[in-house]
Amino acid sequence: MTTPLGKDLLALEPLTPEQIRLILDTAEPFKEISERAIKKVPALRGSTIVNLFFEASTRTRVSFEFAEKRLSADTVNVAASGSSVSKGETLVDTARNLEAMRIDMVVIRHSASGAAQFLAERIESNVINAGDGTHEHPTQGLLDLLTLRDRFGTLEGRRICICGDVLHSRVARSNIWGLKKMGAVVGVCGPRSLLPNAIAELGVEVFDRIEAAIEWAEALNVLRLQLERMQAGYIPSLREYNRVFGVTRERLERAPRDLLILHPGPMNRGVEIDSDVADGPHSVILEQVTNGVAVRMAVLYLLAGGAPELADAAKGGSDR
Amino acid sequence: MAAKPTTVLDSRALARTLRRIADEIVELFDGVDNLIFVGIQRRGVQLSDRLADILDDREQVKVPRGSLDITLYRDDLQTVGPRPVVGPTKLPWDLNGKRVLIVDDVLHTGRTVRAALDELADFGRPSRIALAVLVDRGGRELPIHADIVGKRVDVAPTDRVDVLVSEIDGSDSVVLVRREDAA
Repeated sequence: MTTPLGKDLLALEPLTPEQIRLILDTAEPFKEISERAIKKVPALRGSTIVNLFFEASTRTRVSFEFAEKRLSADTVNVAASGSSVSKGETLVDTARNLEAMRIDMVVIRHSASGAAQFLAERIESNVINAGDGTHEHPTQGLLDLLTLRDRFGTLEGRRICICGDVLHSRVARSNIWGLKKMGAVVGVCGPRSLLPNAIAELGVEVFDRIEAAIEWAEALNVLRLQLERMQAGYIPSLREYNRVFGVTRERLERAPRDLLILHPGPMNRGVEIDSDVADGPHSVILEQVTNGVAVRMAVLYLLAGGAPELADAAKGGSDR
Repeated sequence: MAAKPTTVLDSRALARTLRRIADEIVELFDGVDNLIFVGIQRRGVQLSDRLADILDDREQVKVPRGSLDITLYRDDLQTVGPRPVVGPTKLPWDLNGKRVLIVDDVLHTGRTVRAALDELADFGRPSRIALAVLVDRGGRELPIHADIVGKRVDVAPTDRVDVLVSEIDGSDSVVLVRREDAA
């Protein structure tokens, strides 16, 4: 049975604007569930979901687990360390063994780009990509879209700038695809060493100076600067990076308008973002985290079934 | 598929029926104190709002009104195939000790009400839950009955009873659609 999303959610690149809108619209009513005294609905009762995390993650793994539990699914967490993966078992063997125990979905985080797709082509269960290498992190992209749409009403024509290490960022890729499909205008800003060579071919504005990006944008999605990048020679030093590209209160105060500030976490305070910006009045960083659970609930709900009926038909006919 | 709709209630009859249901609500609950109206998505919400409006006016109070989407509590969600669209649920109160009136448009198999009762239990323990429906068309598959019924109609299992409300459908009426060629 194919769903309106297909069997899996691997990336935002192949989705249509209608599919993205369906996920965002479905996420809206799921927000309310997390506000209830009993934060649980029986929608996925009986489904078994494996969270297969080959890379360290707190936020994403916990967010998926909350989403699964609030839909009443049974969940199992498998981390690479302490599993048979550390004994040399291949990804496919691990997944096939799990599948032999009758699971329904796999959420996978892996350091290799394309790992989720590789798995999805080889197992029957639904596969959700929770981040694969430098390729995509579709649910992070979706929660960013939801947070921006909530604040702006629509994404159409809005100017969003993605700042920092775009080269290594799967979050940046999912954001660029998702935002452009929803009609937003996308910019990127960072040192040239951390921007892909052909980035302009994606149809984005490129800013070399953070001041110019701030002047242009209505929202900034500030990426985490991975500290290893300094050793690898992409940037001269963290201090230098903060001085030239840091999102600081002083820089934002010079902007012609208030900018929404997003960050996918975990933050390096004082490097890519200053504390008084991260905790400031225009930061929606914690809203992103809250929305993450709702978006993941929506994805799980939609993948677990077929195509959505119209709202009328959902309650119509012989089902009253 | 030959389908010819016949009108069961026109807009004036529907308005009259709602006023009578409002009377019966006051009688059933001996007033509206401590009472919360909960409409079931979709058209139960509009009917619930209108009943609450009538009582606001008559009793000079503001009756609290919420809405409930039961999609995620459906007992056929794992087998229904297509994923039904989920509507908003708004119940921003602690229901412990409150009196709750569930309002829906059509009562048929009772499965929607079963789902609503399960969902309400996740919001607290009301001291009483009652059910008011605009139309009872029979055909129950569960031991559920309505406390207040606007109109009873006797129809074949394959027939459809549709409640139309102006907020969604542009006009108010209840129509019966016969499916003559249906099995």
